[in-house]
Amino acid sequence: MKKNYEFVKNAAGRKIPTEVNGKKQVPFQGVHGYKPVGVKAAPLVSSCTDYPMDGNKVLPSIKAALKQAGLKDGMTISSHHHFRNGDLVMNQVFSAAAEMGVKDLMWFPSAAFPCHEPMIEHMESGVIHHIEGSLNGPLGRYASEGKMNGLAVLRSHGGRWQSVQDGEVHIDIAILAAPTADSFGNATGDRGPSTCGLLGFGLVDSLYADKVIVVTDNLVPFPCIPWQIQGQNVDHVVVLDKVGDPEKIVSGTTQLTKSPDRLFIAELTAKFVQAAGIMRDGFSFQAGAGGTALAFAIYLKEMMIEAGVKARFVRGGSTKYLVEMLEEGLTDYILDGQTFDLDGVRSMRENDEHVNTSPFTSYNWHGKGNFASMVDVVVLGATEVDVNFNANVVTHSDGQMLHGIGGWQNCLFSKCTILPIPAFRDRIPVIVEEVTTIVGPGELVDVIVTERGIAINPLRTDLIEATKDSGLPIRSIQELKVEIDDLIGGVPQKPKLTDEPIGIVKWVDGTVIDTIFKVKSEK
Amino acid sequence: MTKTFQAGPPGETIKSDCQVYYTPGSESLKIDIESKVLVLFSDAIHDLVQKTFSLLGVTTGTVLIKDFGALPFVMMAQIETVVKRAHPELSTEALPEFKEHARYGSSPGRFRRSRLYLPGNQPKLFLNAGIHKPDGVILDLEDSVPPAQKDAARYIVRNALRSLDFFGSERLVRINQGELGMEDLEAIIPHNVHVVLLPKAETADQVAAMDNKVQEILKREGLDQQVYFMPIIESALGVLNAREIATASKNNVALAMGLEDYTADIGTQRTLEGKESFFARSMLVNAARAAGIQPIDTVFSDVSNEEALRISVRETKALGFDGMGCIHPRQIKPIHEEFAPTETEIARARNIILAADEAETRGLGVVAVGSKMIDPPVVKRAERTIRMAIDTGMLAETWKSG
Repeated sequence: MKKNYEFVKNAAGRKIPTEVNGKKQVPFQGVHGYKPVGVKAAPLVSSCTDYPMDGNKVLPSIKAALKQAGLKDGMTISSHHHFRNGDLVMNQVFSAAAEMGVKDLMWFPSAAFPCHEPMIEHMESGVIHHIEGSLNGPLGRYASEGKMNGLAVLRSHGGRWQSVQDGEVHIDIAILAAPTADSFGNATGDRGPSTCGLLGFGLVDSLYADKVIVVTDNLVPFPCIPWQIQGQNVDHVVVLDKVGDPEKIVSGTTQLTKSPDRLFIAELTAKFVQAAGIMRDGFSFQAGAGGTALAFAIYLKEMMIEAGVKARFVRGGSTKYLVEMLEEGLTDYILDGQTFDLDGVRSMRENDEHVNTSPFTSYNWHGKGNFASMVDVVVLGATEVDVNFNANVVTHSDGQMLHGIGGWQNCLFSKCTILPIPAFRDRIPVIVEEVTTIVGPGELVDVIVTERGIAINPLRTDLIEATKDSGLPIRSIQELKVEIDDLIGGVPQKPKLTDEPIGIVKWVDGTVIDTIFKVKSEK
Repeated sequence: MTKTFQAGPPGETIKSDCQVYYTPGSESLKIDIESKVLVLFSDAIHDLVQKTFSLLGVTTGTVLIKDFGALPFVMMAQIETVVKRAHPELSTEALPEFKEHARYGSSPGRFRRSRLYLPGNQPKLFLNAGIHKPDGVILDLEDSVPPAQKDAARYIVRNALRSLDFFGSERLVRINQGELGMEDLEAIIPHNVHVVLLPKAETADQVAAMDNKVQEILKREGLDQQVYFMPIIESALGVLNAREIATASKNNVALAMGLEDYTADIGTQRTLEGKESFFARSMLVNAARAAGIQPIDTVFSDVSNEEALRISVRETKALGFDGMGCIHPRQIKPIHEEFAPTETEIARARNIILAADEAETRGLGVVAVGSKMIDPPVVKRAERTIRMAIDTGMLAETWKSG
């Protein structure tokens, strides 16, 4: 069903719809432009006397809990993504909703994974109206084809908190899958057969949803310690045989990239961090769990040992490699947002210096400051970067929406943002004239490291000055682009877009930075 | 009945390459394209197919391209392969533009510590090979290419030589043995090959025949350039004839060892310890040194074992070799580091060079460090040590003034 949209141009020069999924939208007003006023949203008032005095909130099934929570047409159901591709809960939740005959729900996950492909059926049958959250894999493809009823609304991890606190998204029922919980609803992610480390992405849901349902397969007698999620915020508890597939929640060991080109880029990135003087005693860094980012951390570690330098803190997603740094005394703390492997989980459980954080402490626009801007250097990926250093993580050059934002936008506020990326993938250039979708404004992207050279954002005269005699292959971004365009046989043509939006990309403050339009099919 | 010919790697999990299906016919050329990058390159691919057929002088038939992100030079090579499979009599060539960055030269005495083997039919491995800075890249037409892909590899390698930037690495091609190798030379020599590796060299005549062929091609093409040779010794007979092989052409710059085939030839197996090849390697070092060219050792094939590689390089260096082969970019750095001179070697070389400088300024015929007389070959060796120290960043270029 094609709707008519009105469009305006935002401060990034992008055409954006004025209203999406029934909500009026604010156009992007610049990186620091938008500051809403007033009071934050709040959940319903509750009274403890409405809850069992013995603290036992266990109900026999998901359906019973949904019924008790008052599920009805048009509600918003939220969930966290700490179980990643091993989540066994959310498909059951929407199957139960379907059996109950409920329609037009909005699913509001912190991210969706390929295991959630059955949601397509629920969208086809009208149980789910649309999804607002990172859409990876099959769901991304479905939305890219314009088949979803509403538009995809892509938010960063911090942006999800902001949207709830602004009242832009009101969560009716939050479903919090928990590796371990007690009957009162206290819950933790750091132990149990489906352990995932922590539950930080579900914290906002537990605080702001009208109704909160904890779902676990490992019920322990009160108290469940630690209580990452507090039972005082929880309405009901459901116990299932199995809530997650452990092998798909965390990997046994994180695999390092074997690609010589990626290792080369990772090493070059670490050398840059050292040459720029960022790697010094008491510094901090964040690198994700992607192959290149992991390899970067390993190269950096070697350099830190050689130089006798110690970090004050590193930001997770944690892996074995960060845990080793903590255990070998190369950093005082890991401030962790999610754990990617079993070593990360163990460390979070056993080591007080491995700290459980949530997007509120790290990333939130409505926080009184946040950690992200205090990090000395962050290493991130991208699908495209343009000659003005604008970067894209959600769409590919062919216009397909295939990835979520995660914490990516929030991390851009670090003191130095580096994107180590291959200069081309297959025949597709990564450095382009103009990104397909702006997800990160160029003024926040400082350095691009490719296998063919390093480009520093001209705004960062300090970094240019610091590295000018380093012997590193520093080149202009235009020069890199020319070299790659020559290799791939000329600048690629643009995908032909329709005027039908299939999704919007939010900036961290809740404004709309760009629109994703449906691609015209080639044949 | 019309037959459909095909070229390109089999399967569906292909990267940076393409499959081409061609059915000759009398109707004017019909082009079908399936590509994972179609949205971005449909026009470019269509134009390229059209251009390649017209360069080959073929204007009819039906062609289907199944593309997996092949770069233009690769697609052109696969099209040429399929067209020539259908029309073996064709003598036209579809050459991509000869890029400026593919025209740099080499020199006989340059470092050849590492040479990276790249299978000629796997262009995806070529694209970034140069960024890892091996002293040389070997585009291989011989053992790493299956017999059914020999023609394709020849066109891919030729096109790569014209298109790709190897960032200063020496550009080597290993040709096939025998008559096939002579045909390889026809295809590749006009495209700025620095060094030809002659596999299974057993006699001086083989080198001479290759030399004649190369000079003939250069003359015919009117090319005023040097093509150097690196014969590979891979058999008992080759080892015994090493000296004649080394001196068979003035264009020889190195003699290389190929141990896999050699050990099989003498009826044994390769061991880590390497006792079985000690004689052959020593023979090769002496034959090369006697001829004034570089002795180069075999490849180290256990890619994941860096420590064993380093031990092997140290041994290779101790035997007198100047370099060795690699089959993975990650082997390059350890090889360069192990071939790098030690601090003591650098210090000694610096003293020798300074003494030689002084002898020259004072017009002395004899160089001396302290009370020790230094022979000219030792001075030459010291110069090389200094160059390598500068190349590996152990010594500043301006060390004399600093």
